[in-house]
Amino acid sequence: MKAAKALLITVLVLLVYLVHQDFWNWKKIDPLVFGFLPVGLAYHAGYSILAAILMAFLVRIAWPKHLEHVQSEQPDRSSDQPERH
Amino acid sequence: MIPVIVVAIYLVIIAVIGSIAFRKTQANTEDFFLANRTVGSMVFFLSLFATNMTAFAILGSSGQAYRQGIGIYGLMASSSGLVIPLTIFFIGTRLWALGKRFGHQTQVSFFRDRWECSTIGTAIFVLSVVMLVPYMIISIMGGGRVLSDISGGRVVYPLGCAVVALVVTANVFFGGMRGTVWVNIFQTILFLLFGAVAVAVISHDLPGGFGDYIRKIASNPKTGFLLTRERMPERYFWSYTFIPLSSIMFPHMAIMCFAARKVTAFKRTVVLYPLAIMAIWLPCIFLGVIGTQLEPGLKNPDGILLHLLTDHAPVWLAGILGAGIISAVMGSDTHQVLAISTMFTKDVFAHYGGRTKYGEKGSVLFARGFILAVTVIAYLIALATPESIFELAVRFAFSGFAAMSPVMIAALFWKRSTKHGALASTLWVAAWLVLTWYIQRISDGIAPKPGQPPVLVFSALGHLFERSTANVTVFGFLPVVPMVLGSAAVMVLFSLLTPAPSRATIEKYFPSGETDVSEQTAKPAIGTCGRSPAPSH
Repeated sequence: MKAAKALLITVLVLLVYLVHQDFWNWKKIDPLVFGFLPVGLAYHAGYSILAAILMAFLVRIAWPKHLEHVQSEQPDRSSDQPERH
Repeated sequence: MIPVIVVAIYLVIIAVIGSIAFRKTQANTEDFFLANRTVGSMVFFLSLFATNMTAFAILGSSGQAYRQGIGIYGLMASSSGLVIPLTIFFIGTRLWALGKRFGHQTQVSFFRDRWECSTIGTAIFVLSVVMLVPYMIISIMGGGRVLSDISGGRVVYPLGCAVVALVVTANVFFGGMRGTVWVNIFQTILFLLFGAVAVAVISHDLPGGFGDYIRKIASNPKTGFLLTRERMPERYFWSYTFIPLSSIMFPHMAIMCFAARKVTAFKRTVVLYPLAIMAIWLPCIFLGVIGTQLEPGLKNPDGILLHLLTDHAPVWLAGILGAGIISAVMGSDTHQVLAISTMFTKDVFAHYGGRTKYGEKGSVLFARGFILAVTVIAYLIALATPESIFELAVRFAFSGFAAMSPVMIAALFWKRSTKHGALASTLWVAAWLVLTWYIQRISDGIAPKPGQPPVLVFSALGHLFERSTANVTVFGFLPVVPMVLGSAAVMVLFSLLTPAPSRATIEKYFPSGETDVSEQTAKPAIGTCGRSPAPSH
């Protein structure tokens, strides 16, 4: 299960990474999205939104929850705590 | 004059916020450098974003779009919008946890402890400082230039640099990390709003709207390329996706990760980060392209937004938007100054016994003295040295830090990685920086003009090294590609050939997992690469 999840995450991240190289838009201007955004620029604006969605998904399914319970292992330095200015 | 007054008011607000932070500051290094690791979720996002955004995000991006067109967004912004949040998610969260557990305040402190070796930390420290200092200097230069431009030359360049250096120094000197992040809240909101407001105001002033201008650019054979990537080689475009790996390796970004109160603060940051990049870069790049029609023939296209604002926005609004640009300059510059001060204080002064001798208060005093000294020196260098030298150095720094990312990934996720692997990677990166610097220098004379194809640097070596208008490439790829891949390969190879870290260290850093390190596991060596002193807190 854990391996399947890791595989899913890896494939997903790789897919999103790969579609950044949008060779099919390389020499295209049209269609102008909203009447003024060349398609190559609009695509990458959309890509930014896709990246945000991917990150939201990762936060949901791959969040390192174990780190939330990390405790300090440093020696108590209360004697080192100084005065305020 | 009004823009100058607005910017002056902005600088006063920054100073007031800094002085309030000063009253909260305690005289210990954890508070001074990391605000006692208490930065909350939203503030963390705003501050981390300010740390990474420089004047380039506003001025440089629009200037590059003026020269090269819309491709700059995919090249630099959307790739960063994916890679930077991924590194924050996978690396930043782990760094935070190690800082919390063991008190690390810098990457170097972590590397020294992780690989039981003082020398590897020192090597990485030296390389990091060499790559970071030019970045800091160019921020001061950028700030001085912006102040000079906004004021129409009334604030002369040296004075502009001095004002930026002074405000940054005061902010960091008095407020430390707390002052810096508080100011960042104000700064980030200001420059996040910059793009949308600028587009709305300029669009309102244009008869026919943006669509007419875009069609005009498209129909002109001399400018049509600005709306496509036909002059941008695909290998070059792909290579650039490696550059954002540098972000988490910049000391000021890594140090910021240590400052979060809880690891959950990273959740909001990684989701909002791509959208925040879009909010700044998309309008700036679009306006840079439109600027080719509204302000044709600029000698210095990096000033295109300032020209557009001057000509198309009310004068008071131009002042506020100018303050937004200054915010981008100062937001990152304060973190760079703080990071250099943190590194010198923790990785040199404290590591070599300064803290034991002079205590926490002495360390903070050292840090403040260092901040003063470093900004004065940076200011003097900024006045005496051509900007082009530092622009080149900063470009190299991005490749260098990106190529150090395999070292961080190995330290965090690969038990079997060793100090020898890390040292080999560091030397690999340093060697490539020297090599590409040399090739760049000797090929300056044969660099093709914009729009012309690249030329061979050494005809005997074929396409191995080519020179484009601005860059040296390796088989058409940017040097960052062989640097990162080679750094990773060297890390793996040398780690496998050398003894693993001690079992104690592996259990310390990988507590839950069963160690997969074989009997090769060795006891910590002694001497400079024996277990380094405990991280200095």
